[in-house]
Amino acid sequence: MKITSLEDLKRIKEEAQKRALLREGKAEYKITVHMGTCGIAAGARQVMAAILDEIAKRNLTNVLVTQAGCIGLCDREPLVSIEKGTERVLYGDLTPEKARQLVASHIVNGQIVGDWVVHTER
Amino acid sequence: MFYRAHVLVEMTSSSVALGAAQVKEQLEREIARAGLGNEVKVLETGSFGAALPSPFVVVYPDNVIYAPVSVRDVRRIVEEHLLKGRVVRELLFAGERGGGVATFIPPSPLKKEKRVVLRNSGLIDPLNIEEYIARDGYLALAKVLTEMTPEEVIEVVKRSGLQGRGGAGFPTGLKWEFTRKAEGEEKYIVCNADEGEPGTFKDRLILEGDPHSVLEAMAIAGYAVGANQGYIYVRAEYPQSIRHLEVAIAQAKERGLLGERILGTSFSFDVKIRRGAGAYVCGEETALLESIEGKRGEPRVKPPYPPQKGLWGKPTVINNVETLANIPPIILNGPDWFRSIGTPTCPGTKVFTLTGNVNNLGLVEVPMGITLRELVFEIGGGIRGGHGLKLVQTGGPSGGTMTPDLLDVPMAFDTLPRYNSALGSGALTVIDDTHCIVDIVKNFAEFFLHESCGKCTPCRVGGKRIVDILERISAGAGSPEDLEKLRYLGQHMKATAFCGLGQAAPNPLLQCLEFFREEFEVHVREKCCPQGVCTMRPKPQPKKTVRV
Repeated sequence: MKITSLEDLKRIKEEAQKRALLREGKAEYKITVHMGTCGIAAGARQVMAAILDEIAKRNLTNVLVTQAGCIGLCDREPLVSIEKGTERVLYGDLTPEKARQLVASHIVNGQIVGDWVVHTER
Repeated sequence: MFYRAHVLVEMTSSSVALGAAQVKEQLEREIARAGLGNEVKVLETGSFGAALPSPFVVVYPDNVIYAPVSVRDVRRIVEEHLLKGRVVRELLFAGERGGGVATFIPPSPLKKEKRVVLRNSGLIDPLNIEEYIARDGYLALAKVLTEMTPEEVIEVVKRSGLQGRGGAGFPTGLKWEFTRKAEGEEKYIVCNADEGEPGTFKDRLILEGDPHSVLEAMAIAGYAVGANQGYIYVRAEYPQSIRHLEVAIAQAKERGLLGERILGTSFSFDVKIRRGAGAYVCGEETALLESIEGKRGEPRVKPPYPPQKGLWGKPTVINNVETLANIPPIILNGPDWFRSIGTPTCPGTKVFTLTGNVNNLGLVEVPMGITLRELVFEIGGGIRGGHGLKLVQTGGPSGGTMTPDLLDVPMAFDTLPRYNSALGSGALTVIDDTHCIVDIVKNFAEFFLHESCGKCTPCRVGGKRIVDILERISAGAGSPEDLEKLRYLGQHMKATAFCGLGQAAPNPLLQCLEFFREEFEVHVREKCCPQGVCTMRPKPQPKKTVRV
């Protein structure tokens, strides 16, 4: 649609910048899905898909999603860690449904889901 | 859809020549095969210059650069990195960080580089206007339309001290002011993208990597001088630049950033593309205007100058691509910011193109005033193969020849003329000591002869005579008198030719005759070529076949 004022241009700039945040590595939250071979075998791919879908549905822009290798806790996989600042929470034994709830509780509401926590660093 | 990663593939005509299109195709195929189509987005981006070997692939948000990438590397990148999150260390760009993960969002990995013109190249998808807008795109245009009068815009450009980056170095703001003050309702903005000087390809990579910045600058220029129509004259040998411009113009019009009543104001500005047809002389501004008008590309008599009487006889601003790409940041950051870069008499940055026998080839944008030594040995990484430096041709064949004793001269418009050289468009052709000076000069002379438009006798005929003599010398049939004939012909062409082409054509010849007199003498007296390049009998040493 046409841009007919400076305010329009600035609004589009802000929206475009949000989508480009991914390229600057700046985000309030960083979600890491552990995607070693054992993680994938445990269902990490489906967990990743659920997280991305939930983020898209909620139109969140303050979150980065990335993958990492196995961290040795294979019996608790699929594992997902969520970082905010220096705080890091590691969740285990996740299912796609649990992953969606994580997005809602931890990312949107800022509340840690204590029942699923494997490890916390502050 | 929320993508967790963006993969940017360098897609310029340079990288396409090195297989970038196949790399992207293979990336998309492997990503789909791994089931990552909904998670990872593949985009095209512009050149990052000499900093990164082509083609490069950058993975965000990890900020990991793979360079150079070939098709056979793609599967590993997808399976190891994109699927499992493990960086493929052996394929990383092995530059400043010695093989580690490089973070190159400004500043660039080249320590001395400063990016103003190339601020978006290699970082955005050039065919997505929203990515340009996200990087302050079109904000300068909005600023001038809502907050500044045309006179204020011109004053800002004048105070910035920006000089034309096409080669002449004329103050841009002054040129705009002449056009603003010229009488007439109809005025034009012309972007000279006919980049025909051998060794120069900066305009191509700017147009391919950041076309919107040029369009925005043209609209700003149109507002400043009172023009509503712009033309971009692009050489036909730049099909990808033309395609990117066409897409960018269509996008800008669709968004109301070009065309009628821009941003809802009373100012209108349209841009059209004109393709050149393979003539070097059409880079001369008045020959370019003749060509846009549909005539043969011959230079006009000056005066009158284009700001008074240009396209179709109307007042016209003609600026180079690189000059225009400086305008949006100057408007946004102010003239004092621009003056803080470079030298007091020559502010801002300059995009140099490093070519020839140097290790790091490509674009590099540095502050004005950097030394040739820094360009060749630090940024360029020194002479390839460990040979010695013979000369650096600056500004292309029509620029100047710089010998090793001039390595510490600061590179700026006002310093090089003191050494009978010229910054020109910023082309730097580094030539090592395995090359023959007669062969080098003959190559330049043949180029000028081929490109002469034929309008004036000194260039049309003089160029031919020079080539004939050089061929004779190269074949071992030269005589000592030939050197004086060459000097005579060169000096007379310089003095009597009609336009810059003929006036500049003798430069390499006259300068090399002076700097490399001994080597010419060996050719005509002893009838041999010390480097073994010419077809005559070589001196008894291993024959080298390295060519420019």
